[in-house]
Amino acid sequence: MTERERGTGGRLGRALGGLRRSLVEGFKLQPVLVPLYAILLSFVVGGILIAIVGANPFKAYYWLVQGMLGGWERVASSIARSVPYIGSALALAFAFRAGLFNIGAEGQLLVGGIVAAWAGTWSWMLEVPGVVAIPVILIAGAAGGALWGFIPGLLRATTGAHEVISTIMLNWIGLFMVRWLVNSRDPIILRDAAASVPRTRPITPTGILPEIYDSQPTLHWGLFVMLAVCVLVAYVLKRTNFGFETITVGLNPHAAHYAGMSVNKIIILSMTLSGAFAGLAAAGEVSGMGATQPYQPGHFITMGFDGIAIALLARGNPIGIIPASLLWGALLVGAPLMQQQAGVSIDIVRIIQSMVLLFVAADAIVRFIFRVRSDEGGAFQMSEEVTL
Amino acid sequence: MIARLWFQTDPAVEVAGADQNFYLYLLVAAVVVGVAVINRRIAAARHRDPATWYWLGVIFPVVSLILLLALPALAVDEGHLRRISRRQMVGIAFGLIGIVLVFVLAPNLITETRSFAFEKPVAGAQLQVGFNPSVLVLVIGIVYWIVAGLSFLPDRHDRVSMVAQIIAAMLAVPLIVGIGLALSANSVNTNVMNLFDESLVLATPIALGAMTGLWSERVGIINIGIEGMMLAGAGVGFTTYAVLGQSRSVGWLWFSILIAVLSGAALAMLLAFISIRYNVNQIVGGVVINILAIGLTGFLRSQVIVTSGYSKGVATAEIAIPGLSKIPIVGETFFTGRPIHFLMYVVVFLTWLVMFRTAWGLRVRSAGENPHAAETLGIDVVKLRYQSVLVGGLIAGLAGAWFSMESQSGFEDNMTNAAGFIALAAMIFGKWTPWGAFGGAMLFGFARALGTRLQFLDVEIGGFGIPSEFFQAVPFIVTLVVVAGALGRAIPPAAEGQPYTPAK
Amino acid sequence: MGALIVYLAFWVVAAYLIGWLVGRAAKGRGHDADRWFWLGFFLGPIALIALLAAKPGSGAPGADLEVTDTSYPDFDPAVTPILEVRGITKTFPGVIANENVDLVLNKGEIHCLLGENGAGKSTLVNVIFGLYHPDAGSIYLRGRQLEFKGVRHAISQGIGMVHQHFQLIPVLTVAENVILGNELTTGPLVDIGEARRRIREIGEKYGLEVDPDAKVGDLSVGEQQRVELVKALFRRAEILILDEPTAVLTPGEVDEFFAVVRSLVDQGKSIIFITHKLREVLAVADHITVLRGGKVAGSADPATATQQTLANLMVGRDVVFRVEKGEARPGRAVLSVHDMCVEDERGVQTVSDLSFEVRAGEIFGIAGVQGNGQRELVEAVTGMRRKVAGSVEILGEDATRFKPRQITELGTAHIPEDRTKHGLVGPYTVADNLVINRYHKAPYSRRGVRNQAAIHDEAAVLVEEYDIRTPSVDVPVHTLSGGNQQKVIVARELSGDIGVLIVSQPTRGLDVGSIEFIHQQIIGIRDRGAGVLLVSAELDEILSLSDRIGVLYRGKLVGIFDAASTTREQLGYLMATGSTPDTEEVAS
Repeated sequence: MTERERGTGGRLGRALGGLRRSLVEGFKLQPVLVPLYAILLSFVVGGILIAIVGANPFKAYYWLVQGMLGGWERVASSIARSVPYIGSALALAFAFRAGLFNIGAEGQLLVGGIVAAWAGTWSWMLEVPGVVAIPVILIAGAAGGALWGFIPGLLRATTGAHEVISTIMLNWIGLFMVRWLVNSRDPIILRDAAASVPRTRPITPTGILPEIYDSQPTLHWGLFVMLAVCVLVAYVLKRTNFGFETITVGLNPHAAHYAGMSVNKIIILSMTLSGAFAGLAAAGEVSGMGATQPYQPGHFITMGFDGIAIALLARGNPIGIIPASLLWGALLVGAPLMQQQAGVSIDIVRIIQSMVLLFVAADAIVRFIFRVRSDEGGAFQMSEEVTL
Repeated sequence: MIARLWFQTDPAVEVAGADQNFYLYLLVAAVVVGVAVINRRIAAARHRDPATWYWLGVIFPVVSLILLLALPALAVDEGHLRRISRRQMVGIAFGLIGIVLVFVLAPNLITETRSFAFEKPVAGAQLQVGFNPSVLVLVIGIVYWIVAGLSFLPDRHDRVSMVAQIIAAMLAVPLIVGIGLALSANSVNTNVMNLFDESLVLATPIALGAMTGLWSERVGIINIGIEGMMLAGAGVGFTTYAVLGQSRSVGWLWFSILIAVLSGAALAMLLAFISIRYNVNQIVGGVVINILAIGLTGFLRSQVIVTSGYSKGVATAEIAIPGLSKIPIVGETFFTGRPIHFLMYVVVFLTWLVMFRTAWGLRVRSAGENPHAAETLGIDVVKLRYQSVLVGGLIAGLAGAWFSMESQSGFEDNMTNAAGFIALAAMIFGKWTPWGAFGGAMLFGFARALGTRLQFLDVEIGGFGIPSEFFQAVPFIVTLVVVAGALGRAIPPAAEGQPYTPAK
Repeated sequence: MGALIVYLAFWVVAAYLIGWLVGRAAKGRGHDADRWFWLGFFLGPIALIALLAAKPGSGAPGADLEVTDTSYPDFDPAVTPILEVRGITKTFPGVIANENVDLVLNKGEIHCLLGENGAGKSTLVNVIFGLYHPDAGSIYLRGRQLEFKGVRHAISQGIGMVHQHFQLIPVLTVAENVILGNELTTGPLVDIGEARRRIREIGEKYGLEVDPDAKVGDLSVGEQQRVELVKALFRRAEILILDEPTAVLTPGEVDEFFAVVRSLVDQGKSIIFITHKLREVLAVADHITVLRGGKVAGSADPATATQQTLANLMVGRDVVFRVEKGEARPGRAVLSVHDMCVEDERGVQTVSDLSFEVRAGEIFGIAGVQGNGQRELVEAVTGMRRKVAGSVEILGEDATRFKPRQITELGTAHIPEDRTKHGLVGPYTVADNLVINRYHKAPYSRRGVRNQAAIHDEAAVLVEEYDIRTPSVDVPVHTLSGGNQQKVIVARELSGDIGVLIVSQPTRGLDVGSIEFIHQQIIGIRDRGAGVLLVSAELDEILSLSDRIGVLYRGKLVGIFDAASTTREQLGYLMATGSTPDTEEVAS
């Protein structure tokens, strides 16, 4: 693209273009240009909305950032809030890589969480040390999530039932099942009879993940678990045969079949693993917040759908999920302060988030506005095999 | 060998043999029933242990009936195993349910009289029908057996067995309500008409949402954003009412409903725009719609509705349809209600009429099945996709208005509460047809109404209350089963989800 | 009848609604609601009908269908051709599909458009039908220049087309498929009864009986084709374009079809008939135009032309590739197929009772017109498709139930028909694509972990050895040219210890250099002692490479020949007809 084609602006335009180029090249920003611009654009749209309702968008955003990063406790809260999102986004990203659309992170979180909470109250768990109790809880959660991912995977591979429909259905089945388990008074199943609100009994004290920073919510070692899982998934996808097969199935199932890979096996396995990541995230929450907050289904609502946006923002890259989740969690943590100080509803954050998702998905819009070439910073592409 | 004995599989006499088989089934079934029932009576009369005899009476018929029903599957036909058809599978399921009803449930239910009421207690006496729950269950169980037998009629009587199965499915309603009443701890009477009324009312947004899905999926755009479109309709509509309708006049209410309809359409246009113009994955598009609607309506509620001070208003008024509402028994229930509810029937009817009986509807369906074929006939598929998704959005907006301006007046965050997803489920349940989807919506509405009713009746089975969550989950479980192809393959429009690029 | 009931029901409901609204309004103003209700009930619909009727253009059945010869008073078929194509050029990215093509169609004649696959026939007729916009050239219809305004315009001008791949909607009925886009209506509703009547009428007139209420998906291919013809005739087509209409028909159906075509011509229709089957051309054509490589290669008069002269025009003698190859030294059988039956996705048996053997050190070519079961044959032999019956033995092992990987590990290589669909993963690097069939084995992976260095080294060696032109082994393979993409596949499949090579359409769409290279590689692997099964629609390729040739026709091998003792005419005839020609014809 020549300067002339770049069009308007003369000297200033050239200067800005040069600045942009040196920024992009200096910081190696090419791969993340579209997500960055998408975020920028979303904040602009959000700002316009804020202005429409009569508030000052700059003031609102100032307090939003204050809420996100103003002080160590705020930073810790932001990080803590983003931890479960890493898992739910990973659940989507991993299945994306196999060409599957796992909308079911919501249900996988719920089921994984309840299994973890249940495991935390097993009587023998009271007597074992943390090195046993914590892994048991985490594995139980992962297993619960895995089950909820296995079902749609199996249905897809055997009957061809589209995973989008079956995971949406399983989300709600999971929600009602978990609600019943937690709400039921007669008989009491997993409900804490002593509590006034429906929730499970607190897990064994040894099963609680150690705290890193006493923030609200608590920043706990679940962070490192999720980071480790991200790195592990990145490694598996990049370096192992299983990862290679998964990505091949996602990009071209016909070629995978031709090359001797078992497409059905990969579909079932990747859905199961996806579910396990979501379940693990939920188990981390249950275990990490065990001291103050036993399992309540409401805690996980919309986490799954946010995961879709985060996974897309990260372009399906397991490492990219970490900053994307941080942004997500931080926005949610920062919003109340913005509401308090600038009088702008916290829901503006939701709007900004949906805009981010929109602009990342419809990257042609961003490319058009910011003149990003199609060979740099492409949005994550999933397989075109969308058939019910 | 047994198979060969029972079922004459000689090809020459097969057709005649199949008819004989049917009478054979009935005969054997009758014998089985007789044995089991008499067993139990005799045991009780002779003061033997009724439990042992009872279980004998259960096990014997169960085994024989399973054998009976499974035998055609074993019958070998020209060297190939004859497969049980789907119809026969359903028949077998009814047969097994029948066995449970007759041998397990009927003997254990109370024999005191319970009753169904059929009128709203307006004034004077209600029409009440008393019944013995045990007998009801017994009768329905036997009917299920007959249906099971009818399911094995030869193929040319397909229609008979289909009608029989539909009747059997409908009998589930009195069955469940009857059992519920029998097990109820605190009531001997329930108003059936009220139950239907509640089902229909609860089905309103689901049916409307299903029509939304239909309009967009039939033209080839997957729509998981129904929930978001509804929520936007509910939120924006009520915001309009809170801001403008401060005079609280009915005109402003209907203006707000119009705005609700339009805001549903606006989100539909967004979905259409990004998925048609920018080829955004349609599922991602739907998720965008859902998240955007949650944010937008929440924002409006806290920034506009709350600050306006009018968080409650008036809902649409009850109306009685002249003439029809005066029909005894059913008139009061079915023809008195609120306008959006009645509009729902009109929308369903018009959806069917326009989609299946007009030229435009034919084009819509063709664009969702094979857009390139439509293109070779000079049809503008892109325009058609925009139009059809837009129509769907209008309907979703109306469904949204039902939430915030008909079922109650006021807006709460996320008040559509999964109705959009249930609508999606109803549409799939109805195999992408308007009446099927309407039936699905009715079923799911009924499940919800029944859930509350059973809760109200305090039904317990063996000390366990049936959780209301179970009834809420029913639509989703049913849909999962349907998607998995267990109740006949649900085939979506062939071109659904595929981006379309015109030839140049 | 059903439509009438629905229609009446619609009005009853509408009347009721109007009455109700009027009654309500009246009640609000203190009038007698019931009286106003009935007033609205009866008068409302009348007003509504008046409104609808007042709208111009609605209600007239098939308003835009009135196309007859009488609308062109200045058109004299004796002087002016009904359709004249002048200098049409159409390019797609990277391909010139049509270059300066001329064509003249007279009224009441059958004009055959002959050419090999990819000669540009379909592109040309799609331009005429308005689906494609040409880059240059013009079309004259009845002496007047035809505007390129799209399909609707072409249809309205009396041009109808039966596409090679039927453009039907399987879930709709015949009547719905026929009227789609030109619906007959009464009021707002489709008049399916009238459509039925018209379809029966057309059926009787042209011998195209088809049940208007049958679902198209339930019809046989032959019946579907009749529906396509009815579709065109329903739109009063005067010029019918038939794109490879006989490719999908059985011999009996072909004869029936020709009878229909002749009756159409007798009724004054003009027909452009596209085919690559010589027998058919001579049987029906009044005029023949031969396309080759997107250009008009010549025209012929069916009275004087023979199959030989047409084949020469169609293929072009001078493009035959001469490949240097030595004498084959065939050994034991390495691939034997016994009575194999295979079904396609729709459950149609496309390969039936196929038996053949490929011996070590020979190339066994399978010739045949595309779509005669080649794809299913190859997929079944390579384990990608289930076999319905029969067995496959590879290198002495029974491989009937083997999965693709097991077959690969026996020492089989497979160069697939569709490069981009099966052979490559486009976004993957050249290096990854070069090992995609053996990524799981040492040294490319150890204990499930990929060894990038080994993959890289192997890729570098292969790129060098097979002369793959790529900036590096780390670029996505889809950025390479078609020839180099194919070289990636060849390099991957031929490196290693190969006992059997299965090749399908190895040179489709490639440039001359790549074709030669790949041919040399195939002969090379034969000379190293492998058995090669070569499937190709290019007869030249089969002839120049194979040692023995089998002809596949409707899923069966209709003949196996020694390459040395057969002629291309003999094979071509067998490919097109499935039977051996009379001895005199071959002798010439």
